[in-house]
This record gives sequence, structure tokens and C-alpha cells, in this order.
Amino acid sequence: MFSLESITNAVQDWLNANFSPMWALIIQCAIVILLAMGLFATLGLVLVLMERKVAAHMQIRLGPNRVGPKGMFQTAADTLKLIMKEGLTPEGADKLLFNLAPFVVMIVSMLLLAPLAFSNGFQLWDLNIGVLFISAVSSVSVIGILMAGWASNNKYSLLGAMRSGAQIVSYELSAGLSIISIVVLAGSLQISDIINSQQDGWWIFKGHIPAIISFVIFIIAVTAETNRAPFDLAEAESELTAGFHTEYSGMKFALFFLAEYINIFIACAIGATLFLGGWMPLHIGHWQAFNHVMDYIPGVVWFFGKTFFLIFVIMWFRWTFPRLRIDQLLNLEWKYLLPISLFNLLLVTLIAIMGWHF
Amino acid sequence: MYSETQILKEASAGDIDGGELVINVGPQHPATHGVLHLVITLQGETIKKIEPHLGYIHRSIEKMCESLSYRQFIYVTSRMDYLSAHINNHACALCVEKGLQVEVPPRAKVIRVLMDELTRIASHELWLGAMAMDLGAFTPFFYAFREREAINEIMEETCGARLTMNYMVPGGVMFDLHPNFQKKVKAFITQFKKKVVEFDDLVTNNIIFQNRMKGIGVLSKEDAISYGCTGPVARASGVHCDIRKIYPYEIYDQLEFDEITESAGDSFARYMVRVREMHQSAKIIEQLIDNIPEGDYQAKTKAVLKLPKGEFYSRVETARGELGVYIVSEGGTTPYRIKFRSPGFSNLSALDHIARGGKIGDLMATMGTLDLVIPDIDR
Repeated sequence: MFSLESITNAVQDWLNANFSPMWALIIQCAIVILLAMGLFATLGLVLVLMERKVAAHMQIRLGPNRVGPKGMFQTAADTLKLIMKEGLTPEGADKLLFNLAPFVVMIVSMLLLAPLAFSNGFQLWDLNIGVLFISAVSSVSVIGILMAGWASNNKYSLLGAMRSGAQIVSYELSAGLSIISIVVLAGSLQISDIINSQQDGWWIFKGHIPAIISFVIFIIAVTAETNRAPFDLAEAESELTAGFHTEYSGMKFALFFLAEYINIFIACAIGATLFLGGWMPLHIGHWQAFNHVMDYIPGVVWFFGKTFFLIFVIMWFRWTFPRLRIDQLLNLEWKYLLPISLFNLLLVTLIAIMGWHF
Repeated sequence: MYSETQILKEASAGDIDGGELVINVGPQHPATHGVLHLVITLQGETIKKIEPHLGYIHRSIEKMCESLSYRQFIYVTSRMDYLSAHINNHACALCVEKGLQVEVPPRAKVIRVLMDELTRIASHELWLGAMAMDLGAFTPFFYAFREREAINEIMEETCGARLTMNYMVPGGVMFDLHPNFQKKVKAFITQFKKKVVEFDDLVTNNIIFQNRMKGIGVLSKEDAISYGCTGPVARASGVHCDIRKIYPYEIYDQLEFDEITESAGDSFARYMVRVREMHQSAKIIEQLIDNIPEGDYQAKTKAVLKLPKGEFYSRVETARGELGVYIVSEGGTTPYRIKFRSPGFSNLSALDHIARGGKIGDLMATMGTLDLVIPDIDR
């Protein structure tokens, strides 16, 4: 079957044949960095355009349609504008923290890209604790947001940052527990193992109802963790103008904006990997012919298809629901989602021990 | 009283150590829908005190009216509550007619009521969208604007304007109805009834929306009366204050419609009152649209109007509440003194009382349901 592994192997063989091992490694790193940055830039452009088009579709309007064919280059033009704008630092702001914060948020999103498997064997770093790495690193972004809120010397920013802190720390628990339920089923923390364990069906189908509950909780939790509506209290436009990034302008604002969309992509990619089989095509048990036909669609298409479907769902939330209030948000997590996910974890463990899953 | 600089200084000092935080919401802020300035004292996220500061869009309309003739001053009032321009004009026209003792032809009366009710629907539609946006839901705004656009088109055809119509004049209306009027209004009503269900699906029955609204910003009946609240805000607290029912003007006493009241007095009750009022307005329009009497659309009046010496008062029910127009005449061609009793000002005064103890998010929801139009408050 078509696989990106052949390309990566060919590149590696060629590098090892022509350079000393150290230089081969350095060149490999450079290629990986370029690819990651390229992916970042492209994702930013595509996702922002997608959000605007999805929103327009839901709001009975056209959306961007002037720059390029069907407004395809609108986000490129916006990026150009943001690059050329002055990045103001307000008087009274903590200059170091203020300028550092967008980079912290951005670097966290970049780190999260490492363990994602885009296709069979096409993965930056298949470390054996991939899932743990994702949970651990994703919680660091709250530090960047708190830094931004505190350093801005703006009360709206501060309120937004405190909200964001409370929110991300709370929803991390539910997200973590629903990830653990898949780890229990798959029996491994390694991303490639988890994907391979879905060879005969995705976990959302194999894991009965508890897996579906985990999936729903996961989607709710990551929507909250990425500060998306209906949980966008950190930037709550009508309450806090723009929350923690009120004072940011130009490229520094763009980094926050980009990080938000990259975080959505990564959260959805993790959801797709754990629950929907990542790059694994749709396989049903022992239907050999069906599975074989499905294998003809490349893994990259499966991966991006599932991820973008989840991204669409999250955008759908944003353009449908009103925002929650801060206490309702925390009630939802601590009084409903957390007990449900704890109980659900027990059920999943029971299923895994008794081997009841397919 | 504080001076503005003092307030800003205090606000920026903000006693964080004491746990209290003073923030300025406005004059430019996405939730205030205009240049309203609220100085809010917070304890964490909980609101301790709200001080509204007015005057950012004060154009001294009352003073301007004193130098304008009785025909001219009506046009200025379109700029007060710009969402119910027809009803403002109507109130002024009624007051002048009272002084002149002019009998308005029946056709003009019906046209006026039709326009008033269309305005009411348009105003409530815009409020619905804007309020949903205060709660963080953007999509209902566009749905609301789709309905409002249909009304604006109808207005444009007949009055030549979409926002500041200046259509009501002393003695009747300025022009006759456009030939398309009846057809278009009927089409609008059919579409409105079909599409209003979408709002129920998207907003009213949404669990997040209900949680944000129910039990929030409760205004008791006594408080509503003592703050002088009128319109949907007071009716949501159970006060019967619909001017169309208690002091009927034009032909409202011959029409069949209900005064909508709720008893809860919370944000959700205010929301429901307005939504149900839209249905009542549609009902009134349905009763009248096929029964517009033939005849003159304007009574014969003199070219230069002179009100006899005395004081004249008229009141109408706008989309936001009771609008009173009080004219003192010395017998000349311009009013000696004119005073507008605007609904928004009294409704805003209740904000501090009902939003105290809530969260910032509650304040936005409560302010949204008060349906504030800032030029109406400041004039």
C-alpha cells in the first residue's frame, strides 16, 4: 500500500550514504523543523479561512470572497497585515514577560506536534510515553496565558488570564481521564501502539458505550482547554473585550491567534488518533474485502479527514452555543464531567480486564 | 459628584490588595452597544457596585427642539431612540395634534399603527440578536438581521429611509403607502411566523442560554415601579404598564391583542416578554393589513403651526417602554420648553440594583435584556 514511510526511509538512506552520521542527523533535524514550520503556517492559514467560511455558512452569509479565488488568500493577506503592524508594548507592562508570553504559548503548541502520527511511520518522535507527553506539555500553555494576562497591566487581561487558568487546570482532568480510558483499552502509552491496536476497528466502536462517553467528554474538555466557545471565557468578547490578549497587537497577537488554531488542530488530531484510529483506515473486524478496499485510501487522507471533521464539530459548537458563565463552567467540570469520567474509567477498566471489547 | 478625571484616577488605582477591583466598562466596549460608561467595582468576578456615567452622546435634543418649529422638531426625535424612530415621531405628532385639536383621518391612524408595530418587531429582532451576542452566541444576530432587513425594505419603499424615517407629521403621515406595501407586509408576516421558530431552537430552548438567564437580574414588582421602569422590563416583573392598553391612543382600543406580562422578573422573563410581544405585534398587523380604510392620509393643517398657550403631554408605548412628550407652549411657532420622558433612562437606573452580587457575565446578560439604546438615554 502507498505509505509515506518509503519516502522517509529513502531520505534517511540517502543521507546516511552521503554524509557522516552527525551531519545526517543535523540535516534531518533541519528538514523536520522546516516541515513542522511549514505545516504550522499552512494550518494557520487553512484553519482561519475554514473557520470564517464555516461561520459564514452557518450565518447565512458568504464569508471572505474578494482576495483570490473564493477568498482563498484572505488569511494570507491578513497575515501580511499583521506582520506589518506595530507590536505595541503598553506602558507599565512587564516588558520581558509581555514579549515572552506569545512565544511560550506558541512553543507549547509546536512541542505537541512531535508525537502526532500523520501516517504509517510518518511521525516526528514516536516516544514510548507519547500520550503522557501530550497531557503534560499541553498544560504548560496556561503559563503563557497567565504571563500574558499578568504582564499586560490591564484588568481585563488579568481577569481573562485568571479565568483561563481556572478553566484549563480543571478541564485537564477530564481530558486526561478520557485519554487514560483509551490507554487502558490499548494497553500502551505509545501513539503508534495505540493506532496499531485499532487495526480491526476504531476504539470508539470497539469500546462499547464507555468509549463513546469518553469521546464526548474528551471533545468537551478540549473545547474548554483550547478556550473555544462556548468555553471562551478567557477572551469573552462581550465581557472582557479580548481577555488575556487585549493589549497585544501585530505579530504578537498573531502568535496567540495562530497558537489557538494549532491547539485546536492538535487537540482534534489527538482525539482522532485515540478514538478514531488516527491514520488507520476504517476496518471492520474480519471483513477482509472491505478492509482491503479501505486500505486503498492513504493514511494521510484518513488522518486529516478525521481531524478536520472534529475541527468542524468544534467550530460548529462555537457558532451555535452561547457562552457559559465562569461558575457554571467550573460546575460542569467538577460536578458532572469529572465524576462521570471517573466512573467511566472504572467501566472501561472492567471492559479491558474482562476482554469484553471487540 | 465626582469629576470625570477623579473617577478615572480612582478606577485606574484599583485597590487590588483589598480584593476590590474597579474596572471601566466603556465608553467603548463591545457589550454596551454605544457609548455608555459603567464604572464597576468587582470582588473577584462578583459585582459590588455599578455606576453608570452618561453624557457621551448628549446632543441636547430638547434644547434644539426649542428653536425648531412644530413641524421640524419631530425629525430630530428620530435620532433619540433610533430603533423606534416611527414611534418617537408618533408621540411628538400626537402631542402637537392635541394642541392643534386636529382630527387625524382614519387611514392615517391605521398607517401609523401599522408602522409602529412593524417598528416594534424590527426593534425586538435587533435586540434579540444583540442580546444573544452579549451572551457569546453570534449566529442569532444574523438570523435576526435577516428578518429586520425585510422590515427595513418595507420602510424604505414607503418612507424613503431605513432608520430615521421622519414619516409621521402633525395631522397624519407624510406620504401615502407604497402600492407594494400590503403585499410585502403580508409576505413578511408569513415568513416571520415560519422563521421565528428558528430562534426557539437556537436560543430559547438552549440549555446554556436558559441557565444564563433564569433567576439572573431579578427585578421585583415594587422595585420596577419605584425605579420607574416601563415597557417589557416592567411587564416582566408583573407590572401592567402597556400604554396601548391603559391609555389607548389612535385605534389601539379597537384592536385585539394581549398585554404580555410575566411574573418572574428575571432576565429570562424579560426575554420571553419581548419574544411574545413580537407575536402580538404580528397579530395587530394581520388585523389591520387588509382593513386599511380609503381616504386622506393627512389632515389639512396650516403651513405654519402655532400651538395655543398651555402645556401638552402625550405618551406612547415604544419598543422599550413609555415615551412621554411634554410641550410647554407660549403660543408661538416654536415650543417654549420640551421634555422627553425616555424609557431607557429609567430602565438603566435599575441596573445597579439588579446586577449587584452577580458575575460579570451576568451583568452583560442583564444589560442585554434591559434593551438599552444609549442615544435614547442621553438625548
